Amino acid sequence: MSVLMQEMGNRALRLGVPLAVQLDLTYRCNEQCVHCYLDHHDHGEMTTVEIKHLLKEMAEAGVFILTLSGGEIFMRKDFFEILECARELTFCIKLKTNAVLIREAQAERLRDLGVESIQVSIYSDRPEVHDAITKVPGSLRRSLSAIRFLKSLGLKVVIANVLMTENMHDHHGVRALAEELGAHYTLDPTVTPMMDGDRSVLGLKAGVSDLHTLFRDESYVGDAEEFCALPPTPTEDSMDSLPCSAGHTAAYVSPYGEFYPCVQFPLSCGNVRQQPFIDIWRDSPQLKEVRSIRLRDLSSCSQCSHGATCTRCPGLAFLEGNMRGPSTADCEKSFARTGIPSKNLLAKKETPSLPRLVQIQLVPAITGSRLSTLDRAATAVSA
Amino acid sequence: MSKALYVARSPRIAARKLGEEMLVMSAQGSTLFTLNPTATILWQAADGATPLDEIVERRICSAFDVKREDALRDAEALAGDLAKHGILLLSEEPIGSSSPVKEQPQP
Repeated sequence: MSVLMQEMGNRALRLGVPLAVQLDLTYRCNEQCVHCYLDHHDHGEMTTVEIKHLLKEMAEAGVFILTLSGGEIFMRKDFFEILECARELTFCIKLKTNAVLIREAQAERLRDLGVESIQVSIYSDRPEVHDAITKVPGSLRRSLSAIRFLKSLGLKVVIANVLMTENMHDHHGVRALAEELGAHYTLDPTVTPMMDGDRSVLGLKAGVSDLHTLFRDESYVGDAEEFCALPPTPTEDSMDSLPCSAGHTAAYVSPYGEFYPCVQFPLSCGNVRQQPFIDIWRDSPQLKEVRSIRLRDLSSCSQCSHGATCTRCPGLAFLEGNMRGPSTADCEKSFARTGIPSKNLLAKKETPSLPRLVQIQLVPAITGSRLSTLDRAATAVSA
Repeated sequence: MSKALYVARSPRIAARKLGEEMLVMSAQGSTLFTLNPTATILWQAADGATPLDEIVERRICSAFDVKREDALRDAEALAGDLAKHGILLLSEEPIGSSSPVKEQPQP
């Protein structure tokens, strides 16, 4: 994140402005990815008119960065009508798609409409692995063709590589592919439980041993010794820190109008079909509760040695049953980085085993801000 | 007498007012800018139909204690700068769908 963007985030926080919103246009999808957290049936999506009305409300509320996602956004026949409306309202538009339905004509329209970036999910550079994850034969070939169209028109493409057991060893191949295509590359070793609470997909998540290796790969994390340093003692400032932007400067709206703090934090705060967007943003008791939570309020994490530097996701904690509780996936990441089990893992007696050859070296204490920057990379490593 | 200069907001940028400043991002290069209150006034008034000197007189001289000549000189420099970044379009004729627009080199 640029310094200017960070400044804008801080200003939006002071002003109480929802700077960034993800709007999922549909949960329907033409791929059936093995790790997906969504129910792909249509349970009554917002209509074109409803979405255009919502876009106006969001523009008036100050939303600047609008991520349109799904499901697969191109499954909506009115997608370009919605996109045109959003651009007329001068949103900065980011798209998330599998790109399977993008041909030259669609790519040209995206260019003409001034979309900021298009994020495409690629799981492997090997068709047999990628297509097995999406369950669509030929999907890698089609997604890559689309990326080539988009790049040939000068559009910014981000290849998003979710890492799980099925593709754990393919990330270098995907990254090389991104370089060859002139695309940005983002790696995310997080598998999210289903929105309805079903946790069975978590069986696909990368193991601690694999995370341990990944977090020592300096081509992703920079200085591995710094990245994997022992956590510093939490300070008073860190005890008052905010966990993330969810509900503070960012929000999520589902295809059915449900308003959540974040796509990964399905705490219903209202529905934009029943209330104006700004009323939910300002007055929802659920959002007020989310905004009130500080590290010192977390019974387990405030006592944990990782407290100040952990990437704890409040949404994943919520999906685990308590938004003030720990997020075990993040405990595992902290453990994989440092070799120090979190208070939560110790309480569960679930300390996963690490390769015995690895030594955790003591390094001089580094500042919280440096660590927090590096820690974010543990969740979404960008190259 | 110099020709009138018309300014229009580029349709390829994203923009939103945040407090007193305007956030502007050009899609090309994903570059983020913030416009100060004066630049924000100019940006908001840049409809492609109103000449720059008229915008300065109506919107800037009326809001700030500044001489017209000084304000116009500053506004021309600012418009040129914003045009270089692809944020504004400049033309010696009103800017509509078919009017010629000065292409500005990207920095």
